[in-house]
Amino acid sequence: MDLTTTYMGLKLKNPLVPSSSPLMGKLDSVRAMEDAGASAVVLHSLFEEQIRHEAHELDHYLTRDAESFQEAMSYFPALGEYKLGPEEYLEHIRKVKTAVEIPVIASLNGVTTGGWTDYAKKMETAGADALELNVYLVATDPKETGAHVEERYLAILKEVKKSVKIPVAMKIGPFFSSIPNMAVRFAEAGAAGLVLFNRFYQPDINLESREVTPNVVLSSSSSSRLPMRWIAILHGKVKASLAASSGIHTHEDAIKMLMVGADVTMMTSALMKHGVWHLASVREAMTQWLEQHEFQSVTQLKGSLSQKSCAEPAAFERANYMKALASLG
Amino acid sequence: MQFKKVTIDGNEATAHVAYRLSEVIAIYPITPSSNMGEWADAWSAEGKPNVWGTVPSVVEMQSEGGASGAVHGAVATGALSATFTASQGLLLMIPNMFKIAGELTPCCLHVTARTVASHALSIFGDHSDVMATRSTGFALLCSNSVQEAMDMALVAHSATLDSRLPFLHFFDGFRTSHELMKVDLLPDEIIRKMVNMDAVAAHRARALSPDHPTMKGTAQNPDVFFQARESANAYYDKCPGIVQAAMDKLGELTGRKYQLFDYVGAKDAERVIVMMGSGAEAAEEAVTHMNKNGEKVGLVKVRLYRPFSVKDFVAALPSTVKTITVLDRTKESGALGDPLYLDVIGALNEAIAAGTAPVKTMPRVLGGRYGLSSKEFRPGMVKAVYDDMKAAKPKNHFVVGIIDDVSGNYLPEDTHFDAESPKAFRGLFYGLGSDGTVGANKNSIKIIGEETQNYCQGYFVYDSKKAGTITVSHLRFGPEPIRSTYLVNRANFVACHQWSFMEKYEMLEAATPGATFLVNSPFGTDRVWDEMPQEVQAAIIAKKLKLFVIDAPAVAQKTGMGSRLNTIMQTCFFAISNILPKDEAIAKIKAAAKKTYGARGDEVVKKNWDAIDQTLAHLHEVKYPGTVTSKFRRPPAVAKEAPEFVQKVTAEIIAGRGDKLPVSVFPVDGTFPLSTTAWEKRNIALEIPVWDPECCIQCGKCSLVCPHAAIRQKVFEPKFMKDAPATFKAVPYKGKEYDGWNYSLQTAPEDCTGCALCVEICPAKNKTEAKYKAINMKAQLPLREEERKNYSFFLNLPEADRRAVKVDTIKGSQFLQPLFEYSGACAGCGETPYIKLLSQLFGDRSLIANATGCSSIYGGNLPTTPYAANKEGRGIAWANSLFEDNAEFGMGYRLTMDKFMELGKELVKKLEAQLGSELVTGLLNAAQKSEADIAEQRERVAALKDKLARMEGPEVALLKPIVDYLVKKSVWIVGGDGWAYDIGYGGLDHVLASGRNVNVLVLDTEVYSNTGGQMSKSTPKGAVAKFAAAGKPLAKKDLAMMAMTYGSVYVARVAMGANDVHTIKAFLEAEAYEGPSLIVAYSHCIAHGINMVKGFEQQKAAVNSGHWPLFRYNPALSGTEAPMKLDSKPPKQPLSEYIYNETRYKMLTKSDPARASALLAQAQSEVEARWQVYEQLQTVNFTGKSKN
Repeated sequence: MDLTTTYMGLKLKNPLVPSSSPLMGKLDSVRAMEDAGASAVVLHSLFEEQIRHEAHELDHYLTRDAESFQEAMSYFPALGEYKLGPEEYLEHIRKVKTAVEIPVIASLNGVTTGGWTDYAKKMETAGADALELNVYLVATDPKETGAHVEERYLAILKEVKKSVKIPVAMKIGPFFSSIPNMAVRFAEAGAAGLVLFNRFYQPDINLESREVTPNVVLSSSSSSRLPMRWIAILHGKVKASLAASSGIHTHEDAIKMLMVGADVTMMTSALMKHGVWHLASVREAMTQWLEQHEFQSVTQLKGSLSQKSCAEPAAFERANYMKALASLG
Repeated sequence: MQFKKVTIDGNEATAHVAYRLSEVIAIYPITPSSNMGEWADAWSAEGKPNVWGTVPSVVEMQSEGGASGAVHGAVATGALSATFTASQGLLLMIPNMFKIAGELTPCCLHVTARTVASHALSIFGDHSDVMATRSTGFALLCSNSVQEAMDMALVAHSATLDSRLPFLHFFDGFRTSHELMKVDLLPDEIIRKMVNMDAVAAHRARALSPDHPTMKGTAQNPDVFFQARESANAYYDKCPGIVQAAMDKLGELTGRKYQLFDYVGAKDAERVIVMMGSGAEAAEEAVTHMNKNGEKVGLVKVRLYRPFSVKDFVAALPSTVKTITVLDRTKESGALGDPLYLDVIGALNEAIAAGTAPVKTMPRVLGGRYGLSSKEFRPGMVKAVYDDMKAAKPKNHFVVGIIDDVSGNYLPEDTHFDAESPKAFRGLFYGLGSDGTVGANKNSIKIIGEETQNYCQGYFVYDSKKAGTITVSHLRFGPEPIRSTYLVNRANFVACHQWSFMEKYEMLEAATPGATFLVNSPFGTDRVWDEMPQEVQAAIIAKKLKLFVIDAPAVAQKTGMGSRLNTIMQTCFFAISNILPKDEAIAKIKAAAKKTYGARGDEVVKKNWDAIDQTLAHLHEVKYPGTVTSKFRRPPAVAKEAPEFVQKVTAEIIAGRGDKLPVSVFPVDGTFPLSTTAWEKRNIALEIPVWDPECCIQCGKCSLVCPHAAIRQKVFEPKFMKDAPATFKAVPYKGKEYDGWNYSLQTAPEDCTGCALCVEICPAKNKTEAKYKAINMKAQLPLREEERKNYSFFLNLPEADRRAVKVDTIKGSQFLQPLFEYSGACAGCGETPYIKLLSQLFGDRSLIANATGCSSIYGGNLPTTPYAANKEGRGIAWANSLFEDNAEFGMGYRLTMDKFMELGKELVKKLEAQLGSELVTGLLNAAQKSEADIAEQRERVAALKDKLARMEGPEVALLKPIVDYLVKKSVWIVGGDGWAYDIGYGGLDHVLASGRNVNVLVLDTEVYSNTGGQMSKSTPKGAVAKFAAAGKPLAKKDLAMMAMTYGSVYVARVAMGANDVHTIKAFLEAEAYEGPSLIVAYSHCIAHGINMVKGFEQQKAAVNSGHWPLFRYNPALSGTEAPMKLDSKPPKQPLSEYIYNETRYKMLTKSDPARASALLAQAQSEVEARWQVYEQLQTVNFTGKSKN
């Protein structure tokens, strides 16, 4: 069975790409993913804000009570150099590149223009085959227009594109008024790929303590519906690869995504839940399904049920309620 | 030879040499020598080699006694070894010093000479510790300055090998150890040349070795000991010559020439002072000045004090000498004179008799004492000494530098005498510890020292408190060498880095006419003048000062510097003082910031650079009127209602005038009154908690956790509200026990440190806006006046009846009056809530033995102390003996209490006929288990006193003074982990094994907090600490488990933040247990590198992660049920979630991530294994039967 696909110009042996998760921080896990059949990996994100915060935090606590009391000029030994920049992450890229043969996609979340471009360049130098920009701008200012938010996204992409030669993907959220319009603009601005969608951190409420609590919920298969619709709509309309992310747990989930037009399917929660070897069983089941349904290749499958190619294009445009009415008729 | 110029302090200078010439270094922290060990440890951790290319082994021991033992063993087996210490630490080394010297074994001991504790502890400098080692047989070599500390350290290491005598090299604690000075760095090339490798080989050849075995340390008897002891005399005879030869060689290599006794002054001097230490520098400054004025005075600086070379001493004296005054920086009570004085008399006597002296008849020799505990010693005092030598009847055995109005035998300083170079810049900088003033000034002095031709000096004075601390930096620089070993007392530049100091300190007293005054002020150029108190305005006008103002916090705010004003104020200083061209100065300041903060990332450097760039636009000169226009004066240091002693003594110390207090005002035996912090209104909180009674559930948690007893609750009958101030808040009490009464929660606005722990712990949230709680932080200044009145009213409300209070609940315990209040501990301290709780539960009948450390400093450091008495006059009797003996000291209390109780009962029984059977039976059989029991016994004792007052006879006389001991006393032994796990462990173990009814409270911060974060055996695996820079590789000692093995010790491990009720229960059970009790209390600490407001949350995480399982082991239950009760749940969160909230762990992930990860993995499995052991322990009944 020919499972090969092309994502951002990278020839991949199959469409199964484990994406950004804490598992990516461990070299052994990345190796295991390759062994389980991953065709590429997206490393965990480098957060510029966190790097900055950690530097300030360390400086704060090392100096806070120093030179204040006669018997204690400081409270910690001087340890010489600290690894406070992106060095640890860059070193990880280098190690992963040596450890595996599949393409390695680095992921970046910046907060300043300098941070985006500087770190992107360093990631490229460290050996990343491609870059995924994990952009999330939660617009909270009522005075900021949607158009302005869109410009901010595009500005980041353009700056990064100027500084690197490797392909760049935009990982975006679903909260644009016109996703197709944005997708086209991203592609025009140089995005080689679009990753749909970023699952934003969603705070929860602890009812007893009446506090907002940080909460990371693993996805389920049902989360895949949202990207599935939009990939179906975008397929064939955008000159950029499409990656499906969110809710891909089973071979069925992956196949559906490919059918609507995804070039690759990205998996995180399922691997967190079932372990890295889950990937091998998904690949196996996908192959079997394709064989059973007499498909020759993934290429054949890709986009076969996109809005452009499906029997009822309007199905992707209607809301569920309307679909229910229609079926009555 | 061109030397590299460096600006370093005496500790670094000494450590530089000691490290390069040692193979084995054993260390233990003690102020002010700790830094030498820290340097050695840091260099060793970095892999820096000594001059022979090998990295010295640096090992922390459990005490100075241990360090000296390790050094003894190392040199006995042929290594080159050194250690560093001071004061009590040196005293602990004395037994080994006798041994090392008796065995003629080379080694070097570098000592920052520090006061030995007597009537009080002092961390400051004098020679009392060194003088206590005179009889050990060590050679004693003294340095007077930072350069000399480096040079003499080298002479000591060189001469010890050639002479075989061990050397104690010393210099003045703080004055030299902590003074920054521009010096020539000795290169390896010279250091190597100073060592005789044949002597090294001979030392190795003499070593204990199984390949050529010998033995040492035999036991000798009357027949031979004496002769054998005398056999080494020749080595002492030769030693001075060897030292002089080493000095000569150093002179050849460096150009700096030293003599065993260095003479400076007029060749034909008639008046000569003999002294040693840093004071000799100030004396030389005075001599030089007086010589210029034609006065025939001179000075002998003693360098090699032991062995004392009579020949070399008399050779140093001018033949014209008529009067010699020997100045000692130590006190030997009861002696004929202080030690150097007696040595000089003896030396002259011998030399004159032998005809080897430059004089034929005995000159007049006088003795004086100066400088105890770093008391200032200035040229004006030296002048006074020389002047008095001219008198027909000069004073002898006098003191100088203080007013001894009791004996009258003191020399007043000549305050007009100024021996300093007029070309020198002299600056005073007043800052807060937290604003980075000292760090900035250290950088400034380094810039000036290393980037200009100027000589320079920096010295820094700190607060005795740990929260809201003031620092004063004393900076000098100029074209001539600086010998001014005293604080800047004539300043041509004064900087006030905190506006709040305007009302607190007399900053301008030292300002010279025309000096510059730089003020950091939130008020612009137009308002700053009017906001100053009258005293400050008057001084500015009278001295015609140049006034500059900057709003540094505004610049800090803009540039993300927070409370750090350091680089901003530093930039102002360089801009105003014009030491360097502006652009060059800014470039240097930036380079210094890069050097200091570069390791912490570009971001940190950038914000400092931004601050430097934005400063000058905010700096302005202020023109002021010629008359005082301010409407207010500086408030008095204490309220007028304060007791006489507080007014007369404490207030003066608070106001910074302690130096001027005469001898007569002080207690003769170090006994001080309680409750003095209540009079020192520090007003250091920017924000204080404000109560919202509507929201409050009256749980008492805020009061429980307050480290400073600055938020309190009371219940009282509504009738007491009659005269309440208008803004005083009280609401009906929620609960049955005080039905119909009022409840009030009140902040002490001027005592609160603003740590906000109370707000953090408050469980009640506002119903409409969840960000608000039942207490919320609000700006202190606008509230100060009204809350001061409210607090005063609150304090006068009646205290709760202890008999009725439910002491085993949080709420109930917090109705008990705290007898530990407003301590100088760090804001948000994790230790003090435990001590405060102790004081509430048992304070009116407790004695505390307190080990030296943080708790003795915030508990007992002047000017004001937090232990307090209640309205009946009962409170905590507190004392600090030493660091190492605290358990034994407390045991002594217990023995007395038990004996007095026993004796009292015996006497009461004997007097039964006169006292009446009912009273006697009551007194003898009183249960004294509850507050009600105690109250009843107190009533019986009152009745007994009443009867005894009308009785006579020997038994009555015996009974009267001890009658109060018939009421049960609670003995508490309190200290930190440095004491309990390390230096005091032997004694603690013995006391726990004694079966006596003592209560031990270990405030476990898992590190030596007071001396700056050195590793203790309590430090957990993976935590970074000084002496464990690479993360501690071994697990924390389980002290609680070790104590449990006795089976007869009550043991509890508590963490107030994780389970407050458990903590209270453990305290009550420990106190009730009629035997030894040990409470190990998790105490979060600034040395953990945490946000202190999250301290209690970290305690919770420590418990939830299994790092700190809570339990109680009560032997009283043994036989009926398992005595061990685990009181926390199995580990439910990964250790990483707890530890990586703390800098002490997290910094290792940034310096050595692989090691951090490996240590974490080990620590995680150890947590799980320990939990399993505990779980099994709680099933064992210790009757041999298992619960299951």
